[in-house]
Amino acid sequence: MIKTDVIIIGSGPVGLFAVHQLGIKGLKTEVIDNLDKAGGQCIELYPDKPIYDIPANPECTGKELTNNLLKQITPFQTNFHFNERVDEVTQERDKWIVKTSKRKTFIAPNIMIAGGVGSFEPRKLNLKEAEKFEGKSVFYSVTNKEMFKNKKISIFGGGDSALDWALELSKTSKVTLIHRRNDFRGAPHTLAEIKKLEKQEKISIKTPCQLTAIGGGDNIKSIEIKFEDERSEKIETDIILSFFGLIMKLGPIAEWGLNMDKKTISVTTDNFQTNKPGIFAVGDICTYPGKLKLILSGFHEVALASVECFKRARPNERYRFEFTTSSKTIQNRLGLKKKDD
Amino acid sequence: MPKITFIDSSKNTKTIDVESGLSVMEGAIQNNITGIDADCGGSMACATCHVYVEEKWFDKIPKAEDSEIDMIDMAYEPKKNSRLSCQIIISDDLEGLTVTTPEKQS
Repeated sequence: MIKTDVIIIGSGPVGLFAVHQLGIKGLKTEVIDNLDKAGGQCIELYPDKPIYDIPANPECTGKELTNNLLKQITPFQTNFHFNERVDEVTQERDKWIVKTSKRKTFIAPNIMIAGGVGSFEPRKLNLKEAEKFEGKSVFYSVTNKEMFKNKKISIFGGGDSALDWALELSKTSKVTLIHRRNDFRGAPHTLAEIKKLEKQEKISIKTPCQLTAIGGGDNIKSIEIKFEDERSEKIETDIILSFFGLIMKLGPIAEWGLNMDKKTISVTTDNFQTNKPGIFAVGDICTYPGKLKLILSGFHEVALASVECFKRARPNERYRFEFTTSSKTIQNRLGLKKKDD
Repeated sequence: MPKITFIDSSKNTKTIDVESGLSVMEGAIQNNITGIDADCGGSMACATCHVYVEEKWFDKIPKAEDSEIDMIDMAYEPKKNSRLSCQIIISDDLEGLTVTTPEKQS
């Protein structure tokens, strides 16, 4: 069991800044996120799109913001637990126990939920029968390329992931690329490569069409697609790969006994605590009168929540409000050398 | 204020007044229209405010930008008349606009 002062759920910008605000108060944190890297929506949804409303930062991309936050929290050497979703939260006296999808257990007096709109999960195929083939012959990501050798693979999607895997897997398998419209969205070089392989008949491209049926018993044998002009076609298929991006799902959070308002968690505005003492919600996932879903609001929320976290984690110490500019204690925690040394 | 009508996949209709200048998505959220999730809050990053625009209106509203069309690829059961409702800005010209929400958003 991992012991810490605050378990932070979500490593988006607000979760990352929580590490900072708690860190300068001398609190240890562990960060859990279902994605494979830090940044949350900033990295997953708009890494290259500009943001214009971060104070004192006239313009930065989602990626730049994330990288700067990561740099800002390096002194605190916090542990990140990626590709893990928090499944269970239980109480043990005045502490909280958190269990993840990878069976890791954490214990802390505080939990800070900075979960955005929930955890990111791949968007599944619309067709109901796809479900029973999932993990056997329907996949939403490629983790082991070896499984996709010498197969008949139908790839759905029109973005970078679909195009990149079509290129890669066409080296060892028969690939059909299927998309709902004629245009693909990808790097010009990749698009040119795909067109070249299509001419050499190494990749088959089907547009504009959508999946209408999957045939087979235990394994997929064929699929049926329907073109815009109502024409149908059967394609021999062993494996379906589908790349329709990620969606956000609130998931187990709804079952932790917290007061919810639609898909958000109700909190107080003096310390962003939920109805459960020691569980805080910050950033897009929390709600209160006047709430704005802005990154800067999340930064304010973690600053205030971290004070209450301190009081709960260090009940015998007095909280002292200090400025980073002048506090020797904070500067030590930030690993800075004292000027008069 | 222009009136906007939402039809859900079971053909239930609800008409709301939306202030000009707001998006159809914002109008829907303020009026608790079920079937519009708008997870990303209007940053055109999630395709969960996806609607089908009635044919006669489809050509009247400004065309979708490339980035919106790319995002619609990710939507649940996109069709030719699919739009993201966060990108349709209400004006007096859109009085009576009717959109249908998909069976689900994700």
